[in-house]
Formats: sequence, structure tokens, C-alpha cells
Amino acid sequence: MRYFASIRELTDIKEEQIEVPEGTTADALKHRVQSLHERLRPQEGNILVAVNGSFVEPSRVLIQGDEVALFPPVSGG
Amino acid sequence: MIRVTKDDFSVDEELRRLNAPSVGGMVTFIGVVRAESEGQRVDSMEIEVYPEMAEKQLETIRGEALRKFGVEEILIVHRFGNLMVGDDIVLIAVSAGHRDSAFDACRYVIDELKKRVPIWKRERTPTGVRWVEVGRPDED
Repeated sequence: MRYFASIRELTDIKEEQIEVPEGTTADALKHRVQSLHERLRPQEGNILVAVNGSFVEPSRVLIQGDEVALFPPVSGG
Repeated sequence: MIRVTKDDFSVDEELRRLNAPSVGGMVTFIGVVRAESEGQRVDSMEIEVYPEMAEKQLETIRGEALRKFGVEEILIVHRFGNLMVGDDIVLIAVSAGHRDSAFDACRYVIDELKKRVPIWKRERTPTGVRWVEVGRPDED
């Protein structure tokens, strides 16, 4: 897992490894992370999920070695 | 033609990379740090990036714009780290045979960058530090 911007501040870490059961989706992992880091719980609509550097559907099934990132809506430019 | 970097850039040098005999015009967009946001003074700005994904997303947007508008070349430079008021944040430069497609492509790239490239701004103001929220009319 990698965390960025306000989400990184709420988890207090930049990255961590999380083991999940086979068949876990991106959305399920997001909820798992929210249960591990309680300060993320009120952030529901404010967390975007990317897998291996691309935005994914919530139903995307994760596989071994995927890099999942959580971050808030972007504000570059 | 894509760079996500802490370093400042020279617009002149970047534009020289785009010039070619087939080019009839170049359009640039340069985003800079403004001294005011939402009625508050801004002293400086920190920009955070997810570098691998930002480069990938920018390459995708660049490819879309090249195909969609048929322009010659598109160069994108986005900075991160600590920036002061007046510093350059982002450069989009488009070269094309004719101006219409260059303007359209430049507008497309900056608009898409703001929607889907993982970069976040944080402003330092006299009352503290705050993340720039999406949908707030902060920029340009």
C-alpha cells in the first residue's frame, strides 16, 4: 500500500504491506485499510484507489504483488 | 516529453525542443504560484506527487491529445516540492501546423491533468497549512 497527501497524513505512514485473501477487490481493500486506520473512516467519499499506477473500478480483483495506492482527489496544475 | 521534477524549467529552452520545419505555431500554458487563495494570503506552496503514476497518467493524456488534435508534439513539465509565490508550477507546450489544434490540445492537457494526475498542492498561509481542495476555484 502507498498513501499520499491528506490520506498519508491520516495514516501517519507512507507505505505498508497488507496480506489479503484471494479474490479481494480494490474496494474491499480500501475498507480494510479504513478499518486498520480509524482516522480514514470518515473519509469515505474522499479516497481514490489506484492499482499499479492506474485508476481502477472498485470491483477490480487484486493479485499478488499489486501496488495499491490510496489518496484524495487530485489538485495539481 | 514528460517530466515530473523538483527543478525549475526554462520556457525558452523547452520551446526550442519543439520547433521543427513542420511547425507553424506553439501554444503554452504556464501555471504559477499565486499570492492569494480564497481571500487569504499564500506565502508558499508544497506540491506532493505520486511520481510513477503521475508520469504514466501524463503520458496517457499526451497520447490522447496527440491523436485527438493531430498536433506535432506536446511537452509537459510539472514541478513538486517547495515553491514560492511567482514560481512556475507547470508547463504545457504544444506545437502544431496551425493554431486552432494547438490551442485545443493545450487546453485539453491542462484540464485532464487537473482531473486525473496524482499531484496535490498544500498552501502555507498566515493561519497555517492547508491542502487545496478540488472544486475550489483556486487556480490558473
